[in-house]
Amino acid sequence: MKYVPTIGLEVHCELKTNSKNFSSARNSYTDIPNTNVSPVDIGYPGILPVVNMEAVRKSIKMALALNCTIPEYLSFERKNYFYPDLPKGYQITQTKNPIGKNGYVMINVDGEDKKIEILDTHLEEDTASLDHYKDYSLLDYNRCGVPLLETVTGPCMHSSREAITFLETLRNIFLYCDISDARSDRGQIRCDVNISLAEEGSNKLGIRTEMKNINSFSLVKEAIDAEIKRQEEVLNSGGVINQETRRYDSENNTTHLLRSKEDAIDYRYFTEPNIPRIRISKELINEIKSEIPVLQYDRLIKYMNEYKINNKDANTLVRNKDISDYYEECIKYNVDKLMVSNWLTGDVLGYLNKNNIEIRNISLTPKMLVDLVNMISDGKISSHQGKQVLVKVMEENKEPSVVVKEMGLEQISDKDEISKIVDKILEDNPNLVTDYKNGKRVFDYMVGLIMKETRGKANPKIAALVLKEKLECI
Amino acid sequence: MNIREVRSELDTGKSTVKDVFLYSVNMAKKYQKEYNSFVTILDDYLEVKSDSILSGIPYALKDNISTKGILTTASSKILANYVPVYNATVYDKLKSAGATLVGKTVMDELAMGGTGMTGHTGIVRNPYDKERMTGGSSAGSAACVKLGIVPFAIGSDTGDSVRKPASYTGTVGFKPTYGRISRYGLFPYASSLDTVGVIANNVYDVAVVTDVIKGRDPRDMTSLPDEDISYVDNLNNDIKGKKLFYIKEIVDRSLYGTETNELLDKFDKTIDKCKELGMEVYEESIPMELLTMIYPAYMAISNAEATSNDANLTGIHFGNTIDGKTVEEIITNTRTNGFSGSIKRRFIIGSYILNKENQDRLFLNACRLRRMIVDKMNLLFKKYDAMILPTTETVAPRIDEKIEYKEECNMLLDRHLIIGNFGGYPSITIPCGICGIEKSAMPIGLSITGNVYNDSLVLNIANKIQEGWFRE
Repeated sequence: MKYVPTIGLEVHCELKTNSKNFSSARNSYTDIPNTNVSPVDIGYPGILPVVNMEAVRKSIKMALALNCTIPEYLSFERKNYFYPDLPKGYQITQTKNPIGKNGYVMINVDGEDKKIEILDTHLEEDTASLDHYKDYSLLDYNRCGVPLLETVTGPCMHSSREAITFLETLRNIFLYCDISDARSDRGQIRCDVNISLAEEGSNKLGIRTEMKNINSFSLVKEAIDAEIKRQEEVLNSGGVINQETRRYDSENNTTHLLRSKEDAIDYRYFTEPNIPRIRISKELINEIKSEIPVLQYDRLIKYMNEYKINNKDANTLVRNKDISDYYEECIKYNVDKLMVSNWLTGDVLGYLNKNNIEIRNISLTPKMLVDLVNMISDGKISSHQGKQVLVKVMEENKEPSVVVKEMGLEQISDKDEISKIVDKILEDNPNLVTDYKNGKRVFDYMVGLIMKETRGKANPKIAALVLKEKLECI
Repeated sequence: MNIREVRSELDTGKSTVKDVFLYSVNMAKKYQKEYNSFVTILDDYLEVKSDSILSGIPYALKDNISTKGILTTASSKILANYVPVYNATVYDKLKSAGATLVGKTVMDELAMGGTGMTGHTGIVRNPYDKERMTGGSSAGSAACVKLGIVPFAIGSDTGDSVRKPASYTGTVGFKPTYGRISRYGLFPYASSLDTVGVIANNVYDVAVVTDVIKGRDPRDMTSLPDEDISYVDNLNNDIKGKKLFYIKEIVDRSLYGTETNELLDKFDKTIDKCKELGMEVYEESIPMELLTMIYPAYMAISNAEATSNDANLTGIHFGNTIDGKTVEEIITNTRTNGFSGSIKRRFIIGSYILNKENQDRLFLNACRLRRMIVDKMNLLFKKYDAMILPTTETVAPRIDEKIEYKEECNMLLDRHLIIGNFGGYPSITIPCGICGIEKSAMPIGLSITGNVYNDSLVLNIANKIQEGWFRE
């Protein structure tokens, strides 16, 4: 029997704000434990939450980028459970009127478009972090109360490839909109995965299992593939899948039962009485909407359809907003869009990768790259020379035109000047002229002599043109 | 002891701030064994610098108000050693106004209870009669004011916790509009109902203190915007033509025994007095089915919220930790040992009410009922300036008295104060006479409740009625 996997994701992402979601403590990543903490974060008796409107704004921005409906009033709810990383004994989250509902996001999976359904995106607070040792554990409250946006997709993906593409697209929306740094290595973006298998051709979803808190996208991929494999094996051997929470064991590439449905916690959600509902005006929504830049997917489609950039290069450009923004700056000038893309994705990024430099840290401005590309397309320097100039420009922080001069690379494109050189070559080599007239293939050799004479500076096209003219006249 | 007297002693130089403070401390110590008003008495005098009206005035705080560096127990074993790291807004405001804190008062454990008998440091006794309770939960706050230890004390009111003990002790107890005074630093019982309140010997003092501690607080999102009025300046406004009402079902004599009927006789006299003062008094009706649901709805909402509010008391992050082999064991041991039985009972009820399968039927229906009562009251407040009713059903019960289980409809007089918390209405109790004779003579109170935001009007009417009595 063949099975079709169906995957849904819940993605938690920490927002980039000055202070925490409900307290005035600083929200910034630090290695020194318990430095960004206020009484509110420790849940001392009598503390009250105050909603961080910057977090609300950023969440609305995300919800709009995900094409969600924004409610007129936001409300917050309490999710009640006991755990040492949750000092208040409840997490403030949103269930009734989340920031965004019923949205979608377009992704491009290896050139193919796909619409991913977003059930909701809601604002909540992160927990403290626990460090476990042999016979004790340590609590760090720095993370406690950091604004966390949870985005829930519908069960609409069917492979780990789709899931990863969605995650990368989502991360890029966070980055493009400057909502989060979304760094996996700092646990700023984390993922819960739901997976079910259905018989091929069936329109009914199978029973799903859930895996919680997977930290990196590569682990998400491994976990999905491992769980699909496990479910296939269970079903193929006549077994049934139970609704349960499982844990991915990356060392053995398998998943293990964490708790079954019967042990599921009743979180006793109810409205947070300390936060009055918050009105979101149409004006605010429009204001935030105007701050959203053109996003990754839309740029990708534009690059491929309008600028005729191939899928691979277009993806390279949009994968990192800094690179895409750099490219967007370049094409504001009068330049061949495809050519500048080739230079950017090829030599420039190659140089950056090799030397481990971020694009925001290079001295090569978009204008400089455009100048260089234009010199090549105008035939002032050759493509080969362009590569050398580029490296010098980046290493010595000089204008391309200056480097070209310094290297003495500027091509001789002046017809009269070339004409003089051609005359000299013809005079010095009468036998070659005879050979040519006799139909011998010496033309290219003669061009080579011109190039040699000018130390490669003659524009080869013009040189060939002038030579031909002169030979015909003899 | 009242603020005006102390103010004048200080301003004329008869006493220094230190004299007044030490007098209060000595009184507090003198009465502590007999009446048990305090969990902590603060006998260290600290210099004050302020020229506010409360500068140098001694006072007490209920022990559920967070005071940095000062033990704050909420009268619960689980917080018996808890010393806060931050100040409640109300404490900050009083501190910067120069009021001198004499002590933290005993209350019912975690503010849940109405007797003043469930605090972890023992029973608070009624200054009128030691064999009687003060009522609660702001028991010590009411007792220390009545005993003349301090001219005012801060309490908190979730169902009746300021007004009931004030009525039982013959003091004035004011619960302002929900949000009028910041709750930041008030240990919560039920956040949607909790209100910081003031207990004093007269309406003027209550108004003076409320003027100082009210106002918008950026740390409490439910706090109301500042209003540009002084309650004290409006205490003597003309009240002629003001329209009052009472609910006839609640004062239906056929529901109660002889003791309550005596109290209702006094209430009739109060109505006459109000009329003499130029106000109009009307009888209104609210269906019995609605009135009898007030208390069950209150218990559902308050226990549900309390269960969640007190989930921070685990011994992991602060508090009286009882060790165990695992985290779960520590939490279980700490909570098992730290809460009294009646608190645990409330938590179990609260959890049950919030369970997924029960929530709509129990919790949300209670919230709907609350809404129905508030809608009804809001309609009435469109026609009337305030509602008056006897504050309690009886005088303060004897400590050894068994609280009998009565049919809900027979308890209406003891439950109606909850209406004030359901709607967030400003509500005050003022002493309005004595019931019983000789040794059993005990004070009773008149409750006056107005529409939300009308704190000033409620204080104005209360002040005028109170003055009417003094003139007598």
